[in-house]
Amino acid sequence: MKRLSRHLWVAAGAAIVVAVASTAESAATPQELLASYVQTSAQRADALAGQSFFTAKHGRDWSCATCHTATPSTAGKHATTLKSIAPLAPSADAARFTDAPKAEKWFRRNCNDVAGRECTASEKANVLAWLISIK
Amino acid sequence: MNTRQCEIRSTKLARRIIAMLVLAATLGVVPSAIADGGGRQPPPTRYIDECASCHAPFPAGMLPATSWKALMSSLNKHFGTDASVDAPTVQALSAWLTDNASRRTTTRPPEDRLTLGGDFLRKHREVSAAVWLRPSIRKASNCAACHTNSAQGRFSDNDVRIPK
Repeated sequence: MKRLSRHLWVAAGAAIVVAVASTAESAATPQELLASYVQTSAQRADALAGQSFFTAKHGRDWSCATCHTATPSTAGKHATTLKSIAPLAPSADAARFTDAPKAEKWFRRNCNDVAGRECTASEKANVLAWLISIK
Repeated sequence: MNTRQCEIRSTKLARRIIAMLVLAATLGVVPSAIADGGGRQPPPTRYIDECASCHAPFPAGMLPATSWKALMSSLNKHFGTDASVDAPTVQALSAWLTDNASRRTTTRPPEDRLTLGGDFLRKHREVSAAVWLRPSIRKASNCAACHTNSAQGRFSDNDVRIPK
């Protein structure tokens, strides 16, 4: 009986560890995602630097603003397909940056299109800090 | 031909039409669905979520399976953009696309562009060049301009509204 109870405690502990780990993996709010990028980069997020990164070109045809506009509280438009893109600022679309794997997927693809490489955690933190600051 | 013969003929014709309609209904085939060329079932949610973020959820039946395989194996270089998805998603979507690919043709259009394919051109042959150039349309891939339910993967002729 004692042995069984010890097993139960180990199982419960493992379940808690898994639950905590998966929460960190899939941030539920933009602020939590921002915190995880800040933690990875070990630098403070700089919203102004984020705005500059977002609106500038990085050696290629497009900037982030080409599709998302320089005021991402408004809807954007895909540069090649013309499809409408919902606003990127969480103040304008509450679903934005509430799904970490989804946000990561789009950062990976779009940074590759805009900069020809993945963005650093610091760049993502800056851009996200700026987007969160837009009212 | 006398009246009697005429009556017999029209009765025979009516019977044939009814038989054909019954057969069509039994097979679950209706003429408008054949005309669609776009599959009668709505596409899976995963297809809408992944592919229709950037463009309309194009009907799988408008490209041959060989084109879909080529497109799905080069998503990191997809018409000038990185459209890559994780391996399980590639596998699931490729399976669905090739299962529902065109049964009409095996010819791959240039660059595997659906809008340059025989099926697409045939379906849009009545649309004049001037209509394509309207600011509200501009591109053949801008399905939503005219196909009002294209966002859900529905391309029925009945849902077409060509904007001014």
